[in-house]
Amino acid sequence: MSTAHIVSAFDRDLEAAQALVMRMGGLVETALLDAAEALDTRDEELAQKVRTGDAAIDALEEEIHSQCARLLALRGPTAGDLRTVLTVMRIAGALERSGDYAKNLAKRTAVLGQMTQVPGASGAIRRLAKAVVQMMADALDAYIRRDVKLAGDVRQRDREIDQMYNSIFREFLTHMMEDPRNIGPCMHLHFIAKNIERVGDHATAVAEQVIYLVTGEMPGDERPKFDATATGG
Amino acid sequence: MDGMQTAEQDIATRAAKISARGVQVWYGQNHALRDVDIDIPERAVTAFIGPSGCGKSTFLRCLNRMNDTVATARIEGRILLDGEDIYDARVDPVQLRARVGMVFQKPNPFPKSIYDNVAYGPRIHGMTRTRAELDQVVETALRKAALWNEVKDRLDAPGTGLSGGQQQRLCIARAIATAPEVLLMDEPCSALDPIATAQVEELIDELRDQFSVVIVTHSMQQAARVSQKTAFFHLGNLVEYDSTTRIFTNPKDPRTESYITGRIG
Repeated sequence: MSTAHIVSAFDRDLEAAQALVMRMGGLVETALLDAAEALDTRDEELAQKVRTGDAAIDALEEEIHSQCARLLALRGPTAGDLRTVLTVMRIAGALERSGDYAKNLAKRTAVLGQMTQVPGASGAIRRLAKAVVQMMADALDAYIRRDVKLAGDVRQRDREIDQMYNSIFREFLTHMMEDPRNIGPCMHLHFIAKNIERVGDHATAVAEQVIYLVTGEMPGDERPKFDATATGG
Repeated sequence: MDGMQTAEQDIATRAAKISARGVQVWYGQNHALRDVDIDIPERAVTAFIGPSGCGKSTFLRCLNRMNDTVATARIEGRILLDGEDIYDARVDPVQLRARVGMVFQKPNPFPKSIYDNVAYGPRIHGMTRTRAELDQVVETALRKAALWNEVKDRLDAPGTGLSGGQQQRLCIARAIATAPEVLLMDEPCSALDPIATAQVEELIDELRDQFSVVIVTHSMQQAARVSQKTAFFHLGNLVEYDSTTRIFTNPKDPRTESYITGRIG
């Protein structure tokens, strides 16, 4: 895989597609961190920036898809090259969804601004967002370095994200039972936490693409789920 | 994709039509093929790929003893067709080649009529007794080669007057007229345009219901399109032999990967 193609334009096309994914990953990481900070500091201006910034992420996904379509049509990639194209497309899809979650988070920030503040909530969410963004950054790093070990580590970390989400969920339940005026903001905050947890799932999907790219096989073992909400707890 | 994979899975459990063990070939001092072991399944298309001089055509020519005609060629090892050694002293190479037919790179019809081209094999092997029987054999072969409708009104016209693609299908009709069990094809489409190539590929796909087809091709996309199993040869070695899907999505050997992805290997 390390040696160059005889047709060097093939290498340039593959590198260009991967560079676009990395740029997209950078935008998504920034959007998620900005959205979490805007929520924590009630910074409506920053939230607005995240909302409008999503269009650039969507445009990048389109560009990646047309670049991949071109590669498939003109170069007929096989083996590792084929898997590179397939993983680029799937990772772009995961990033696009993650970008949408960041945008949704920023939308809810504006609504939350009008409501009573729930003590401690935005800090916990920010910690969750940071952990998830780190997962995504590591997954993309593993992709660039073709690092299966790091990808496997990212997959395992999704368990911690699930546990953080579960404890936030329980905390919100307590707040809502204590005071019905908390129900409105807590519902919004819960959606925010759930959406961040889903970004963690997308980071896991990116990590799985790294494993597929390098080994040619999707990781088979089911990761244990620690989502207490799945059983109503 | 599903259909393709199902076809490949069927073949995985199928008996071997040809089994080669420890096959070595020398042309004079040149060691052209080294220790090849392979099982070629019945009623399937097996593709041999690899760079020029890798030994794939040499090995193909071992399968119907075409290398016997090369004075300097020396062959070791065993090649079994239905369990019988084709290099056994009691095997008549001419009879063997009726069972293992061959189609070459350049269409090479005899300078005879279309009819006589196809009738040639059945005549010399005495397969038919009456003209009516021979007519039937010729028609069946031309139909199987997907050429009948184009030539049925001019069977007496010279075979050399057909287009390149039609000539190649005529050669395939000629090869299958003797009812072979195995059909060897050495670069059968390299002299054809894309439409004629597609027609021959469609034909190969239909032929695998009845024959074991072994095709040598420089076009990796052609190997991917028509075969269920692919063997990659490099510097006289059989490097990797697996289902075609496996070879083209996730080959095990880095040399295979380098070759099929178009890298310097």
